[in-house]
Amino acid sequence: MAKRDGSPRITISGDVPPRDSTRSEASSELLRELVAHLRQNRTQLREEWVGRISETRLLTAMTKDEIFTEATSVYDSYVEALETETFEALQAYARNLSERIIPRGVETHEVVGIVLLLRDVLARSLFAKYQTDFAKLNRILDAYEPAANRIANTVAVGFVQERERVIRQQQEAIRELSTPVLQVRERLLILPIIGVIDPQRARQLTEQLLRGIRTNRAKVVVIDITGVAAMDVTVANHLVQTVEASRLLGATVIVTGLSPEIAQTLVTIGVDLGKMNTVGDLQGGIEQAERLLGYKVVTLAEQN
Amino acid sequence: MEVPILKQGEVLIATFQAALSDADLNHLRSGLVHQVVKFRSRAVIVDVTAMDVLDSFASRTLREIAHMIRLRGAETVIVGIQPEVAFAMVQLGLTLEDVATALDLEEGLVYLNKKFKTLK
Repeated sequence: MAKRDGSPRITISGDVPPRDSTRSEASSELLRELVAHLRQNRTQLREEWVGRISETRLLTAMTKDEIFTEATSVYDSYVEALETETFEALQAYARNLSERIIPRGVETHEVVGIVLLLRDVLARSLFAKYQTDFAKLNRILDAYEPAANRIANTVAVGFVQERERVIRQQQEAIRELSTPVLQVRERLLILPIIGVIDPQRARQLTEQLLRGIRTNRAKVVVIDITGVAAMDVTVANHLVQTVEASRLLGATVIVTGLSPEIAQTLVTIGVDLGKMNTVGDLQGGIEQAERLLGYKVVTLAEQN
Repeated sequence: MEVPILKQGEVLIATFQAALSDADLNHLRSGLVHQVVKFRSRAVIVDVTAMDVLDSFASRTLREIAHMIRLRGAETVIVGIQPEVAFAMVQLGLTLEDVATALDLEEGLVYLNKKFKTLK
């Protein structure tokens, strides 16, 4: 390999692209040499890397074979990214990998950890190879470090982005699931609330309920909060406001399924529940609502 | 713009228009309080369907109307409060407690007919 750039350079490695053309030409040549070295020692370096991964107890959610397979693909994409100096393929691979491993509970630090381990393993092998020629080692590292940093960066960012996408998607799903306003009888609506209520969700619930009252011309609404584990002052006040706003639209609200814990919390924090009509369970609530609407449910036997 | 007060059997009906000044509201209040006894009405329905916003003065006037009408021996029903208006009012603490409310004019009449029947 020709040394066009005679003087040894000492630069602080970082995520900085090469500045002048001679430099970039020299560095790409060095990278080519580097890639050849990594291809040659593929098996050995890969095994060393996998060994280091299990040593540091990363990726515990995956089996040894899986780690080995993934490590092989990551290694090859890594070398390819070094060779071509383009990161699109690696980015796509990182996204694809993240998609597969996020559902298995792999954490961000693990992904960053294994990429940094690979970087470390490769750097060590470069040290071992060029330890006699310090100037060359220096230049090789100059070429290697920025590329390796960019690779680590790309993979980490890809993973985090994928994670955030998954979180966003799930939040969306929860939001859509969260507020069914159902008509059980003419002029009787039920609103089953499940899960955690935050102020934003509470607001959305109220809006949907008020709109539902209007469109279904409801007289009575049963809000069932059996599925709500906890409630704070803000949410409790919001519930009271919902009840009052529903009354302004001419509908009576019955709240059912207050758990003992919530009952205790509400009494302790002193929320005024005097205006709320509460019944123990959903069945009782619907029965009460039917009475208010003038329905009477009888079995056929009773009727005859 | 003045609010017309219609007489329908034993009930007086006043329909709010979109833009009402404070003076109009005062005028409506005194008109209702006078006419409820003059026509020997048993109830007053105030329809606010057209109101997209109900400010504090308007809702205070509504409550005052309701209380004054009660003292004059009749009942008040407020009908047609929009969902957004309802929520905004509650957040401002204007809950119109002890004033009857109904979804719309029809519901208000149904409510009053039921009430009159039980009183007869």
